Amino acid sequence: MAERIPNTQPAEASAGTAEQAAPPVPEARTGVEQSPGFPTARSANRPTGTPTGAAARRRSTGALLDPVDGHSLSPRSVHKPLGGGSRLASPNRRHAGPLPTGRAKRRYWSVFAVLAVLAILTTAGSLVWDNPMPLGTDGFWLIAQMRATNLVIIAIVAFCQAIATVSFQTVANNRIITPSIMGFESLYRLVQTGSVFLFGGLGLVMMTGTLQFFLQIVLMVVFAGLLYGWLLSGKYGNLQIMLLIGIILGGGLGALATFMQRLLTPSEFDLLTARLIGSIANADASYLALAIPLAAAAGGVLWFGSTRLNVLALGRETAVNLGVDHRRQTILVLLLVSVLMAVSTALVGPMTFFGFLVAMIAYQLADTHDHRYIFPMSWLIGFVVLAGAHFALKNFFYAEGSVGVIIEIVGGTFFLIYILRKGRL
Amino acid sequence: MITLSAVTKNYSSEVAIGPVDLTIPNGGVTALVGPNGAGKSTLLTMIGRLMGMDEGTIEIAGYDIAKTNSKDLAKIVSILRQENHFVTRLTVRQLVGFGRFPHSKGRLTRVDEDMISQSIDFLGLTDLEGRYLDELSGGQRQRAYVAMVLAQDTDYVLLDEPLNNLDMRHSVQMMQHLHRAARELGRTVVIVLHDINFAGHYADRICAVKDGQVVQHGTSDEIMRDEVLSHVFDTPVKVIAGPHGPLAVYY
Amino acid sequence: MLDSHTSDTRTVGRRLEGRRPTGRLFTWPLLLGLIGTVGLVVLSLFVGVYDIFGAEDGGEMFAITRIPRTVALVLAGAAMAMCGLVMQLLTQNRFVEPTTTGTTEWAGLGLLLVMIVWPDSSLLVKMTFAVLTAFLGTMIFFAFLRRVTLRSSVIVPIVGMMLGAVVGAVSTFIALQTDMLQSMGIWFAGSFTSVLRGQYEPLWAVAVIVIVIFIAADRFTVAGLGEEIATNVGLNYNQVLLLGTGLIAIATGIVTVVVGNLPFLGLIVPNIVSMFRGDDLRSNLPWVCLLGISIVTVCDIIGRTIIMPFEVPVSLILAIIGAAVFIALLLRQRRRG
Repeated sequence: MAERIPNTQPAEASAGTAEQAAPPVPEARTGVEQSPGFPTARSANRPTGTPTGAAARRRSTGALLDPVDGHSLSPRSVHKPLGGGSRLASPNRRHAGPLPTGRAKRRYWSVFAVLAVLAILTTAGSLVWDNPMPLGTDGFWLIAQMRATNLVIIAIVAFCQAIATVSFQTVANNRIITPSIMGFESLYRLVQTGSVFLFGGLGLVMMTGTLQFFLQIVLMVVFAGLLYGWLLSGKYGNLQIMLLIGIILGGGLGALATFMQRLLTPSEFDLLTARLIGSIANADASYLALAIPLAAAAGGVLWFGSTRLNVLALGRETAVNLGVDHRRQTILVLLLVSVLMAVSTALVGPMTFFGFLVAMIAYQLADTHDHRYIFPMSWLIGFVVLAGAHFALKNFFYAEGSVGVIIEIVGGTFFLIYILRKGRL
Repeated sequence: MITLSAVTKNYSSEVAIGPVDLTIPNGGVTALVGPNGAGKSTLLTMIGRLMGMDEGTIEIAGYDIAKTNSKDLAKIVSILRQENHFVTRLTVRQLVGFGRFPHSKGRLTRVDEDMISQSIDFLGLTDLEGRYLDELSGGQRQRAYVAMVLAQDTDYVLLDEPLNNLDMRHSVQMMQHLHRAARELGRTVVIVLHDINFAGHYADRICAVKDGQVVQHGTSDEIMRDEVLSHVFDTPVKVIAGPHGPLAVYY
Repeated sequence: MLDSHTSDTRTVGRRLEGRRPTGRLFTWPLLLGLIGTVGLVVLSLFVGVYDIFGAEDGGEMFAITRIPRTVALVLAGAAMAMCGLVMQLLTQNRFVEPTTTGTTEWAGLGLLLVMIVWPDSSLLVKMTFAVLTAFLGTMIFFAFLRRVTLRSSVIVPIVGMMLGAVVGAVSTFIALQTDMLQSMGIWFAGSFTSVLRGQYEPLWAVAVIVIVIFIAADRFTVAGLGEEIATNVGLNYNQVLLLGTGLIAIATGIVTVVVGNLPFLGLIVPNIVSMFRGDDLRSNLPWVCLLGISIVTVCDIIGRTIIMPFEVPVSLILAIIGAAVFIALLLRQRRRG
């Protein structure tokens, strides 16, 4: 140790900085104190983004020695690392990218390509399959257009659920929860049940319309906003307790809805049931004008904040250490998630485990921590799963209405398998 | 320079910290030592702004940590806690790359990559940089975390018991790395240590904490004395001359 | 090993600190509590729309509806509160009870299945199925706890309620396919309205469970400290775990079939008791029992009187009160950090 240090000293000195106060001999324990005014002066330029003193010194040293490959000859690499091991043969290839090896890259993009092909096939299939009109006629295009609307709805729902679930799991630091149990769906159920309870079958008609659609979204976002604002701000903000309280409040709202459902006549109840199960048929094309911009805005902000989400995934302490305002970012992400969930729920109804299913497959297939790569993968998976299930159930099993429920069952089964694997939560 | 003025923190009626006044000068390694529950880690966590204080101010390099933007502080001070577990699966190099976040905002440049390489090499992780964290031993993982805070390239590095769960060999290696970081990279290292002899040998200064108060602060030679250590740890301690400096004997 | 106990070591610590001379089970406060509970139970006997004193068949109605109903209240309340306590002991987690672990939903699923496959089956068959699925579900939850390392005790009920939601979704799907969604809702909403003579008798089985819990409570505590500690003190860990799960499943299954879901009861009762009395398990047991009975009885009386002559199911009132108490407990925990 002691004989290595002098090696670096000349290089450090050649950088010509004033920081050489620390003597190279380890035994000397005093004398490391620097002039008091110095650090302030040095750090004064930090917030403007210029390299720090120490870093600048190191970089300039490297540049002095070898302008082409800054780090290979910098003083630190002269040392043989204590833990043993030699330098890699080709230092230029060293990078900390989201897909560290060429194999990982090839794997990601080939999976992506396969999914894209599947998405195109299901899209084409949904548009053309079993179209009663001859190909190319006006009637053919009319039917294809109607089906295309459904596909757009599927794409939006997949986008909302995928982005919302991945982001939610990231800020919650927990990969087995979904945002849908946070009370959005119970609220939706309560609103729908309440309208039938109060106004009978007419209530559902009253709940249809762009304004009503918008109001439902506002209601859900306000509910979420109040919850987060109350529980995450202040001295004792705690995300996990907030999650649990959200679930309990959801349960309370659900109990109220169940009570009202008891009092409905069977025919009213049948009308309501269709609304309470997630289905593409619940959506109305006129909602799209509102749903697309809302989803795009909320999802876009999350998507562009991918790198910040990457840091939030490391937990509060690491995130704060890296300069991320953890509480503010968490609340922001949760609010955006609530917008996405509200859009999806108000559009097609509750889909509790669809997001979970999609996110879980996306983590497996993308195999990276970087949200810039997880997001597109999860959206694509969401689309393939939902559109594929819709296509298959409609054309081969003639059970279009059960798409939502089937996906719930599959997602729920995956959930069971997932929690029984060994892990850490 | 890290300056604490009248810092207090109350957990409950039994546990309280402060008021603490403390100045940690620049450069070298400063060790926080003391009995269990004395408040060492809490003090360190407050300096690293991971935990708020009830009263008082903490300044690092002239910046009041309560008033300075967290983004800017992340370029001045970095902190590593004892327990680090991530939900996401990361390679060593990806983890160390996160240390560059305050500078690069997640889009790594050539300079960032060089800095990451240097940190990894510095801690002897060159051959392991492509491995996933869950494939490493405890000692290797601990080094990877330290490499991350070094890559953050801050003048002040705070470490909370980095020797926890490390065996003798890895503890010595870790302390040598940190010592070199202070010497060669000009960092100010503040570290919570359990083993007084590690502190005595590798630290330039020792700050003894007891019952939420700083009871002694000085050079290692000043602290490594019978009466000082016996008082701090409430246990008879005898300091003898070892082959490489003073040794505390307490059993 | 159940890892959740690491985060709740405080509980264990307090339990040891709060030790006081055992043996004296009946104290003056307990006697007062007993009198209060009996008072509530008697009140419950005489609350209702039907005028049991004025009408000439009053006495008969009293025997057909009021007495069964009140007995059911006492038994279901005591059993569910004790079940919550057992689950909390086994997991060393304060937030666990049949509703937050999915046990109730599993029992419901079993009940639904038997109602579809064998619609005219006797109450006993229905119960057996509900008990079996409840047992399966509780074992799945315990298996999850044993395999996963937890960072926070709050994660446990979050996962449990997710699990419950999954099972609930499966039940909904099945009910939807068989056109039983609405009747399923009625079955599951806990209510004592339909408790009549000739239908509630199986509930007496849960009285046995309460007694077994009284006897075996200490073992559950030891088992909750983990397999290694339990084995170290010479306890057959798996046996105790099976016994506990079995008791919980039987009680939950029977109560679900006869009465319905009683949400949060097993959670709030043990927590309230330990808030006031500390964590001395032995002397808390009778209190948990009494408080469980009292809370269910009060909720039922509220449900019967609030919109007379109609009834609000007791589960709705319990859900509201229970949720409020649960949230208050969580906020308290949050302040402690």
